[in-house]
Amino acid sequence: MTLQTADLGVPGAFTAPGTRRSIGLFVALAALVALLMLSLIIGSKMMPPAVVWDALFHPSGDFDHFAIRDFRLPRTIVGLVVGMALGVSGALIQALTRNPLAGPGILGVNAGASFAVTVAIGLLGVRDVRGYMWFAFAGALVVTIMVLLLGSTRRGQSPVVMVLAGVCVGAVLGGAGSALQLINPDAFDQMRSWGAGSILGRPLDVVWPILPFFAGALVLAFAVSGPLNAMALGDELAVAQGVSLVRTRILAIIALTLLAGGATAIAGPIGFVGLMVPHVARWIVGPDQRWIFAYSMLLAPSLLLASDILGRIVMHPSEIPVGIVTAFVGAPVLILLVRRRKVSGL
Amino acid sequence: MSTSTGTDRSTTSNEPSTMLDPLVPRAPAQGAQEPSRLHVDAATIGYDKRIVSERLSVAIPDQSFTVIVGPNACGKSTLLRGLSRLLKPSEGHVILDGADISSYKTKEVARRVGLLPQTAIAPDGITVADLVARGRYPYQGMLRQWTKTDEEAVLRAMEAAAVTDLSGQLVDELSGGQRQRVWVAMALAQHTDILLLDEPTTFLDITHQVELMELFTDLNHVGHTLVAVLHDLNHAARFGTHLIAMKDGAVVAEGAPSEIVTAELVEEVFGLRCLVVPDPVAGTPHVVPLGRDRDRP
Repeated sequence: MTLQTADLGVPGAFTAPGTRRSIGLFVALAALVALLMLSLIIGSKMMPPAVVWDALFHPSGDFDHFAIRDFRLPRTIVGLVVGMALGVSGALIQALTRNPLAGPGILGVNAGASFAVTVAIGLLGVRDVRGYMWFAFAGALVVTIMVLLLGSTRRGQSPVVMVLAGVCVGAVLGGAGSALQLINPDAFDQMRSWGAGSILGRPLDVVWPILPFFAGALVLAFAVSGPLNAMALGDELAVAQGVSLVRTRILAIIALTLLAGGATAIAGPIGFVGLMVPHVARWIVGPDQRWIFAYSMLLAPSLLLASDILGRIVMHPSEIPVGIVTAFVGAPVLILLVRRRKVSGL
Repeated sequence: MSTSTGTDRSTTSNEPSTMLDPLVPRAPAQGAQEPSRLHVDAATIGYDKRIVSERLSVAIPDQSFTVIVGPNACGKSTLLRGLSRLLKPSEGHVILDGADISSYKTKEVARRVGLLPQTAIAPDGITVADLVARGRYPYQGMLRQWTKTDEEAVLRAMEAAAVTDLSGQLVDELSGGQRQRVWVAMALAQHTDILLLDEPTTFLDITHQVELMELFTDLNHVGHTLVAVLHDLNHAARFGTHLIAMKDGAVVAEGAPSEIVTAELVEEVFGLRCLVVPDPVAGTPHVVPLGRDRDRP
């Protein structure tokens, strides 16, 4: 990372890095747009861009157009929306816990949402996303609060204890959820790949009801980014600067459970995206949460779409669910993070 | 008292408006008869189950460099937490500018009273300029973002704490003394008249301790009211203009160091037998422990 030492210390010092960050944001946006296109082009059958264009704007009864509009377009939109939600929820959870190892997957938040959805579908017979999304939100919220409490020792929050608590809770809920799915397989027929974390075969009907919650959660996330910046300096200093710790924590928890719960309701538990992306964002823009949130919002769907495209290519013509690809990419990153010299360095 | 800068600090040729100057308090000084801007009125302060100070009353004289001294666990940090709204008294009041400090909006308090706690954490990978800029938080909101005034305040604060040359460096890479000056700059960027400092010199070597105390003296001379918790009695007596000596949660003595620092007081507060001699350089009281008889030649 380059430091603009020469520019700092004179009037205008704070605008220079800002400009660089803005340009970077534009590059990230361009990369996302490119991946959105590739996601429509690449698959079991390669579609020329011209065909994709026609399918989107001048559709005919052509089979290729049908395949693009009914399969690739939904999975691409699902990837975009779910990626944004996972990225920002990961950034929120890392800021809230000051824990660089935190993420909605590793802390069991996605597993909580996933288990609650499994209960809703398998035991209670809820079939509509308008019904089971509430279970997802509730499951995410309960696990978030549980893991935050389990991770707090008398000496404050311990990053590693919190992660262990999250992994344990996630494993228990994941196992219980799998058992439920085996007991009542018929109920999950239409959601076969959902359990592994997939953006394939999820109709757009499951996305629209959740979008307003995502929009609200994103507004909340940016609203608490300033107070979270102050809290990064320590709770006492944050209070001295006029931050309300309780209000900030509650708003951040609401935002991250809506995002992680909603993403899981749509696509099943997808891990590591929410863990990795905020780190990449932090490497690029430094420790300012406002920028980390903005970058995570663009980089996470890029990672998710890239992983999904990769999952279509490596075992061509069959496919690997995106949740498995992100786990393959993400696990080594997690090991790298744990082995870095400072774990609690946020 | 005049609000113009009357220190030995070299002033730039292009003197900006004092409204922008973080070194110059905004509020004019009040008359001598007025109660001090920050005082504690019969407050009981403590933690969930443990009361540290009961019905404590103490005033921070305006424009003073007040130093709170006392043995470990005497309640000096607790008092500082009460003064900075981190702890709410279970009884009594902390009064800021004539009203209970808890009656203000939190950001309004943050524009009048700054705090440098011991627990401050520098985020990984933050530059000096960015950390100092975090001090502008109380002036920002959802709609009011970064302005020229903020930038001016940050640059002046870095200048005052002599960290301008470090502005592009990562805080992680600084020495302890430099880092502490950066934190002071951040607190100055908050542009408060009153600044509370919790053991600011702990963990610094003697040179950096003295350097920091001199910085505080400079800030005090331009009108800031400073309140510091210190362990070093000699530094307290030499640099402070007003001492508050505490023991078991109560104030034992308060006043100018030259008036209250005596061998009797040190023995009463710290249980240490000592001689108090004039500091050979400054003439302020200097505490020399007597130690054990058998160790003396």
